[in-house]
Amino acid sequence: MRNTVPRRLELFRTMWRIRAFEEEALDAHRAQEIAGPLHVSIGQEAVSAGLCINLETADRLTSNHRGHGHVLAKGADPKRMLAELYGRADGYCGGKGGSMHIADFSVGMLGANGVVAGGIPIAVGAAQGLKLLGEKALVVCIFGDGAVNRGPFLEGFNWAALFRLPVLFVCEDNGVAAFTQTATMTAGPGIVARAQSMGVEGRSVDGNDVVAVDEAVAELVEAIRATGEPRFLHAQTYRLMGHTSTDAAAWRSQEEVQSARQSEPIGRLRALLLEEGCSERDLDGIERAARQEMQEARRFAQAAPWPLPEDAFSDVQDIGAEAWRR
Amino acid sequence: MAQVEADARAVEAASVSFVEAARLAALQEMRRDHRVWVLGEDVARGGLFGQYGGFLDEFGPDRICSTPISESTIMGAGLGAALVGTRPIIEMRIFDFAMCAMDELVNQIAKIRYMFGGQAKPAVVVRMPFGIWRNSAAQHSQMLEAWFAHLPGVIVATPSTPQDEAGLLVSAIRCDDPVIMFEPKLLFTDKAPVADPIEPIPFGEASHLRHGNHLTIVTWSSMVPRCREAAEELQAKGVEADLIDLRTIWPWDRFAVCNSVARTRRLLVVHEAVSAAGFGAEIVAHVTETLGPGALRAVRRLGAPRVPVPFSPAIESEITISRDRIVQVALDVAGKAAA
Repeated sequence: MRNTVPRRLELFRTMWRIRAFEEEALDAHRAQEIAGPLHVSIGQEAVSAGLCINLETADRLTSNHRGHGHVLAKGADPKRMLAELYGRADGYCGGKGGSMHIADFSVGMLGANGVVAGGIPIAVGAAQGLKLLGEKALVVCIFGDGAVNRGPFLEGFNWAALFRLPVLFVCEDNGVAAFTQTATMTAGPGIVARAQSMGVEGRSVDGNDVVAVDEAVAELVEAIRATGEPRFLHAQTYRLMGHTSTDAAAWRSQEEVQSARQSEPIGRLRALLLEEGCSERDLDGIERAARQEMQEARRFAQAAPWPLPEDAFSDVQDIGAEAWRR
Repeated sequence: MAQVEADARAVEAASVSFVEAARLAALQEMRRDHRVWVLGEDVARGGLFGQYGGFLDEFGPDRICSTPISESTIMGAGLGAALVGTRPIIEMRIFDFAMCAMDELVNQIAKIRYMFGGQAKPAVVVRMPFGIWRNSAAQHSQMLEAWFAHLPGVIVATPSTPQDEAGLLVSAIRCDDPVIMFEPKLLFTDKAPVADPIEPIPFGEASHLRHGNHLTIVTWSSMVPRCREAAEELQAKGVEADLIDLRTIWPWDRFAVCNSVARTRRLLVVHEAVSAAGFGAEIVAHVTETLGPGALRAVRRLGAPRVPVPFSPAIESEITISRDRIVQVALDVAGKAAA
C-alpha cells in the first residue's frame, strides 16, 4: 500500500497539520498568548509523518522537548494540545505540563520530555512492560542528535538489545544541539555506528524526504514486529527556526538557511505530488484545511478556562488511595 | 477481631530478619499480583542482601530481572514499565548508586503524574538500602533521606523493624504513587516476628514505642533501636521518655509528634543523617510553628556532623550516634544533670 498517491496525500496532510500547528503556536507566542519556552519543529515534519503513519494506536511513543509534531502525528487532538500550550484547564495536562510535557495516553503518546535523552529509559521500560504483559505493541522513542552524547543513550540501546525489546529508536537529527553544531561535540564514526556497536541494527535516511522515511520506518517496524528486537533509524533533517521561539538563530548564515528551505520536506513532497498528477488546487486545499483547523484550535484554546487555584494541588501523591488503605 | 487474630499469628510466627521480612512481603505481593516484578543488578541471584532469594525459581527471569549496571535505565525503565500498567520494584543495590539515576527519579518519576495532568500512574517502588554499615566509606554509607522528603511527588518510607518493613513494602507495592523505601543496612539482621499474611501499614502513621512525660524523642530507621535502649537507660535514671518512631518521613505523623510535645514541652530528634539541613530541622520547625516557641522548654537535634562518612573504624564510630550520646543529650533536654 506504500508508494500510492493516497498515502502520499495523507503524509502531505499530516505534514501540513504539523506546520500549521507550529506556525499558529509561534504566532500565539509572539502575541504573548502563550507563556514559557516554545520549541517548534518547522522543517522537521517528515519524520513525524513518515513515522506515525506506520504505527497503530496501541504502539507507544516517547518524545522530547520538540515534540508537538510527534504528538499530533500520533493522533492527539490539536485543540487540547494548543489549550495545553495556553496553560488552560482543557489542555491535555490541565495546564500543568505546557509545551514540553504534552501526553495523550489514550493514543499511546506517553509524553514529551524536557530532559535530553530522558525518554530513552522510559521507552525501553515501556517495551519491557508490554512484553511482560504479553501485549504485541511496540514502542517508538524519538530523540534528537544531542541525546547521543548522554549516558541514557548508551544504557538504553544496550538494554533494548540485551533484553530483545520491541523498540524503534528514532534520532531526529537536525544537526544542532540547542545552539551548538552537534558534529563539533561528537566523536567517532557517527550515530548509526554507535547504535550498531551496542547491537541495535540501524540505518540513515534523508529525514526531509517523507517517502523515504515512510519506507524506512515500514521496513524497520516490520522487522521489529517479526523479531521482537530493537531497530534504529537515523533521520537527518533541518530545524528552520531557532532553538526556542525567542532565538532568531542569527548565528547561522543566511546561505545555509536559504539552502535548507530548498530541501524542506513539504515543498519536496508537493513537487512530487504535482509530478504525479495532483492539482495545485487540491494541494492548496490541504494546506488551507490544515490552517483552518489550527485557527479553530487556537480559538478553542483562547476560550478555554484557566485551571482553578485548587487544581495546583491535584494529581500529586494520592496517599489516601483505596488500594493500600485497607 | 481480625487484628487480634493477626497478632496471635505474629506471636506464633518465628522471628525473621529485616531482610527476610522484606523478602516475604515481596513474595506475597508477587504471588498476589502478576503485574508486580523486580528489576535491578544481581536480583536474579537473590539480591545483594538475599532479599530476593528463591525468586528466580518461582517467577522466572522476566519477573526477577537482573540488569546491567545502568542505574539511569533501571530507574527510568521501571517508570516506563509502570506507564504501561505493570508495578515494578526498582532495586537500587544501595542508596548511593541512586545518585546515578537522579534525573529519572527527580525529574521523571516524581513529576510525571502531575506534569501530565494525572494521566500517568507511576506505581513504582524504589528500594534503597542505606546508611552506615561495616566500614563501607563515603560512597556506600549515605543517609540523604531528607532530600527526598523535600521532593514533591514521592512517598518516603523509613522503617526500623521487620514488621514495619514488611507492612510498608506491601503498602508501597500497592500504591499508585512512587514510594522510596529507605532500608537501614545496619538493621538488616535484626529479628522480630512478622504476621502472616502481611497487612499493609498506612503511610504517615508513627509507632508510639514508649510513653513518658519528661521529653519526646522522635526518630526513625537505624536510630530506633538505639533510642529504645537509651530510653530504658533514661528510665533507670528517673527520666520517662515519650518515644516516637515516624516509620515514614513523608508523609510524617505531625499529629503524634505535636500531641506528644504539647504534653512534654521538650523535644529531641535523633537521626543517623547529617544534622545540618536534615529532616530533624523540619520537625523542629513544624513543631515550633504549630505549638509556638513559648510551648517549648528545650529542643535539640542529634545527628551526624557534616562530614563524609569515613572508612576507618576508629573514626567512623566518632560520627555515629551511640546510645550513650542519646542518653546524655536527652538528659540535657529533660533538664536533669547527667548521672
